Amino acid sequence: MQSEMSVSLWRGGEDGAYVTYKVPERANQTVLDVVTWIQRNVDSTLSYRFACRVGMCGSCAMVVNGRPRWTCRTHVSKVAKNGALQIGPLQNMPIIKDLATDMKPFFEKWQSAKGVFEPSKTRHDPIEEIRPDTPERVAADAAVECINCGVCYSACDTVRWNGDYMGPAALNRAWSLVNDVRDSGQAERLQAVASGGGCHSCHSHQTCQQFCPQSLNPTAAIAGLKRRTVQAYLKGDLKK
Amino acid sequence: MNVRLYLWQRMTAAAMVPLLIVHLAVIFYATRQDLTAADILSRTRGSVAWALFYGVFVAAAAIHASIGVRNILVEWTPMRHRTAEIASIGFAILLGVLGLRAIAAVVLP
Ligand code: SF4
Ligand code: SF4
Ligand code: FES
Repeated sequence: MQSEMSVSLWRGGEDGAYVTYKVPERANQTVLDVVTWIQRNVDSTLSYRFACRVGMCGSCAMVVNGRPRWTCRTHVSKVAKNGALQIGPLQNMPIIKDLATDMKPFFEKWQSAKGVFEPSKTRHDPIEEIRPDTPERVAADAAVECINCGVCYSACDTVRWNGDYMGPAALNRAWSLVNDVRDSGQAERLQAVASGGGCHSCHSHQTCQQFCPQSLNPTAAIAGLKRRTVQAYLKGDLKK
Repeated sequence: MNVRLYLWQRMTAAAMVPLLIVHLAVIFYATRQDLTAADILSRTRGSVAWALFYGVFVAAAAIHASIGVRNILVEWTPMRHRTAEIASIGFAILLGVLGLRAIAAVVLP
């Protein structure tokens, strides 16, 4: 007989509860496979998000046994506790339904941290040559592989405590752009991340870094922003 | 916390490190040498140096602590930012007044 495991899923909105399902145990299944099995075989009204299933799109993040993870790249065998899984929606974001959260505040903070590339050239200019081994490009590259999954944002205590805090992903993005020599929006960006909910609210817990599935280090990026904004402030480049 | 508060908190922390070391050394010295209250007062009364030393110390401590308290209030209580700001300014003034009173008591002739 095939063995089964017990999987609790968050059902409902903010006032929902965990509901336990029996799921057949298979070799090499991911947490996302388990959620999909329940949706296909037990309850088709289960809501959750995924797209690529190969760790590129960043849409499948959930809290698995208390820790935020990318579920398509997380093997059940690595995270199950005594054959049991508890899977909930990401924290620090409003729950829409079941495992789907409203990521609007997360992405709005990318905007307020000026995480948008501001070109300094037009399409009529020749393409600028950027050497990959310059210190600026090395620093930009170190932060650039973010897949916007929200895992770090869900793991960050400061985000939970302070609703204004931009959070690790948005600030990590800002740091990548601060080091991008082609960008023309640096003054506004430094101004934005030096303000109330910006980089100086970070407590350097490094939880973001510990859970980032891309092995990025938002803590180091934020430390870089702290240094850069202090220099700009002392030089009088920041308003107020 | 914005860059201005961040910088003030770090700068006052840095300023307090040497002040704290001297402060502890003085306590250690006074107890080791069995200095009485009268001995201590005879050295501090009218001393501009000690007044300045502890004046700077009190100012740094009041600024440093109140920025920290502001963060705690913002992060750990449902208080609005403006209210937390006012409460922490009040706390800074309280620390400043208490500290300066204590200094006045030992340095005024
Ligand atoms: S290091 Fe900063 S951003 Fe990362 S989890 Fe801690 S407070 Fe959040
Ligand atoms: S920094 Fe890492 S954990 Fe945070 S959103 Fe980007 S990929 Fe996800
Ligand atoms: S489904 Fe795309 S990263 Fe998991």
